[in-house]
Amino acid sequence: MQTEIIVAGFGGQGVLFAGQVLAYAAMDHGLHVTWIPSYGPEMRGGTANCTVIIADEEIGAPLVKHPKAVIALNRPSLDKYEPLVTAGGLLLVNASLIDRPVAREDVQAVYVPANEIAERLGDKRLTNMVMVGALLGATGVLEMNAVQESLKAHLPAKHHRLLPANYQALEEGAQIARETLAQAA
Amino acid sequence: MAEAALRAGCEAYFGYPITPQTELLEHMAARMPELGRAFVQAESEVAAINMVYGAACTGKRVMTSSSSPGVSLMMEGLSYIAGTEVPAVIIDVMRGGPGLGNIAPAQADYHQMVHGGGHGDYKQIVLAPASVQEAIDLTVLAFDLAEKYRSIAVVLADGSLGQMMEPAELPPMQPLKKGAPEWAVTGEPGRPRRQLTSIYLQPEDEETTNIRLLRRWMEIEANEVRYQGYYLEDAEIVLVGFGTSGRVALSAVRQARAEGIRAGLLRPISLSPFPTEAVKAAAQSAKAMLVVEMNAGQMLTDVKLAVQGACPVDFYGRMGGVVPLPDEVLAEIRRLHANPPADLNGHTRAAWLDRLELVRGGN
Amino acid sequence: MVITDTQNAKVVYERPESLTDISTHYCPGCTHGTAHRLVAEVLDEMGRREHSIGVASVGCSVFSYNYFDMDFVQAAHGRAPAMATGVKRVFPDRTVYTYQGDGDLASIGMAEIMHAAGRGENITVVFLNNAIYGMTGGQMAPTTLPGMKTTSSPLGRDVETQGMPLKMSEILATLDATAYVVRRSLHNPAEIRKAKKALRTAFEVQERGLGFSMVELLSSCPTNWGINPLESLTFIEDKMVPAYPLGDYKVLEAVKAMKVKGA
Repeated sequence: MQTEIIVAGFGGQGVLFAGQVLAYAAMDHGLHVTWIPSYGPEMRGGTANCTVIIADEEIGAPLVKHPKAVIALNRPSLDKYEPLVTAGGLLLVNASLIDRPVAREDVQAVYVPANEIAERLGDKRLTNMVMVGALLGATGVLEMNAVQESLKAHLPAKHHRLLPANYQALEEGAQIARETLAQAA
Repeated sequence: MAEAALRAGCEAYFGYPITPQTELLEHMAARMPELGRAFVQAESEVAAINMVYGAACTGKRVMTSSSSPGVSLMMEGLSYIAGTEVPAVIIDVMRGGPGLGNIAPAQADYHQMVHGGGHGDYKQIVLAPASVQEAIDLTVLAFDLAEKYRSIAVVLADGSLGQMMEPAELPPMQPLKKGAPEWAVTGEPGRPRRQLTSIYLQPEDEETTNIRLLRRWMEIEANEVRYQGYYLEDAEIVLVGFGTSGRVALSAVRQARAEGIRAGLLRPISLSPFPTEAVKAAAQSAKAMLVVEMNAGQMLTDVKLAVQGACPVDFYGRMGGVVPLPDEVLAEIRRLHANPPADLNGHTRAAWLDRLELVRGGN
Repeated sequence: MVITDTQNAKVVYERPESLTDISTHYCPGCTHGTAHRLVAEVLDEMGRREHSIGVASVGCSVFSYNYFDMDFVQAAHGRAPAMATGVKRVFPDRTVYTYQGDGDLASIGMAEIMHAAGRGENITVVFLNNAIYGMTGGQMAPTTLPGMKTTSSPLGRDVETQGMPLKMSEILATLDATAYVVRRSLHNPAEIRKAKKALRTAFEVQERGLGFSMVELLSSCPTNWGINPLESLTFIEDKMVPAYPLGDYKVLEAVKAMKVKGA
């Protein structure tokens, strides 16, 4: 069993760190995991992305063409990855910056006003954590408390005062995802 | 890998900056002086490998690291090290080529490292890690094997290992060895002089050396073959891939299994000595084999030699720094499964190039 | 003469311990033998024979390790300073030296010698300059004199197309990290004595950790010069010394302050 997640957005949106939080949480909880940032032509256009694969067995390729889940933090990321998500997969859309709906009907879309939530929580840098929370709410890939523990373990001590806000961001993202899925069901 | 090397007791590092392995040199630059060990940034890869050569003659654990174009420059030194029968560890983080090429992950140094490079009759141990953990473990093993067989041991990695994060455990810090091997040139008083050289002016003497090297190599072949098999028990389509392309092949094999295709993977860990017997054994029950590489089919030759016609051997590779995706390999498995070729008759690569055009057009 | 009184005979000349009891392969009249002996005497006198690691180069001196009774390694062509760097960095308390000719040091090994000197490696370089490639049979070297005939400059070195000789001592003396760089000659007993003193100083420089030292020794090659041994010594004096002036090109204050015994 393996889950491939691509986190994509502009440089500066915390794309790589969002992936690392997932990777650390998976590692801390005894799962196999790979994290690899994009390189080469994919870096054109000022977008950054990383691929995280979480599995309960040895992981093969660290890069995949068709991920199970995509966190799209901006419009170019949605345009790029919408066609690539596996059928039945998950598209987590940062609705604050993406002004179009998901066109595909064979994937689950979750719209999260992540920037607004982050700013309401006091720091727009929490946007990525809201989206990670949505991923956790929409899938069972990792437990919420696993991610929170790992965040605490790997965030430098000087940033620990930001932990409550990060936890809140994760929770709010998860809540939106759960509501979306409940409506869809 | 750098940290693994110094924990394995590496006492001297000599290198020259080249992407994508400069982080390794930088780590050594910080850590080696901290531990009171030798670090020199050489003026060139030529100088670096000759510094390694000198330090290796003292019997200490020593190493260098580089990437493909830099390793090309080291070939002279490698031949001398092999001819002098001193142990040394080389890490080669391969990049796209030939020429200056690019800095993307590739596997095109297979020939250079496995089949030769330097002049003269010599072989060197070549280990190919597929994960961060294996990169650590094989670096440590390289020092052990180099020392045991007075041989060059190469860790042949590619750039994607350097970019990737994976859980991995570093070995504990080994205490440095005391004393020196009985052949080492150490300037130690109170014993007859020792000399280390690779010159044997009398052809018969050189031949004696060649025979000694070959016999030692046969011992290495008998004892140090390493590979990992996946789903080989009932595999009809057997993939062979090393390092990163081995990982990609593993993903494709799993996808094929999910579709009901009995695919398996043999991932050579020691490229030299090559797991000839294991490949041969896997070929006996296979309908077809598929070699997957990030080059134009450099290992393909070794696989074909091992298989000796027991089954058709097909090839899929990407070159120039392109990492194949599992889907590309899966398509190849499906093709071989649906239509197992009776015979490939030596046109393996021509047909592959035709298929590759379609894949590239599709991208 | 028949020696009858062995009781009162004194040993006035013998093989240094640092040399093996093997006849060298060098041509008659070649000054390699003299240079070997000087290095051996100095290491004997300093008590460093058993603490030394020599690095042989490629050229006529490729087999020098057979003649020195001490630990030795054999470098690839031109790479001796790099190899010596490797040895010295692992064993800083050993006396590490290279023994190189002019083709090895000034042509193919230019990068290695420049950077070993540039790093101030605490090694000693014994550099024999005879203005020609000896082992391969008398081809032009970077040090070949203008107009000098060699098998690869049959009409004489044409400075218009083949450039001017490289003066290694002068070049290395310009590097900030060198401690002791001098040129001496082996063409007569007086110069040989000065050469020995320079070698002693160079090894003392290393012993005291003062940095890179090199002694360039103007040497003969009667075979490839096509003249007899005596004429060769005259050739050094008349032709080579004017082109390669003898002298001290770099002597750090700390080196000047040293009190060097011997010679």
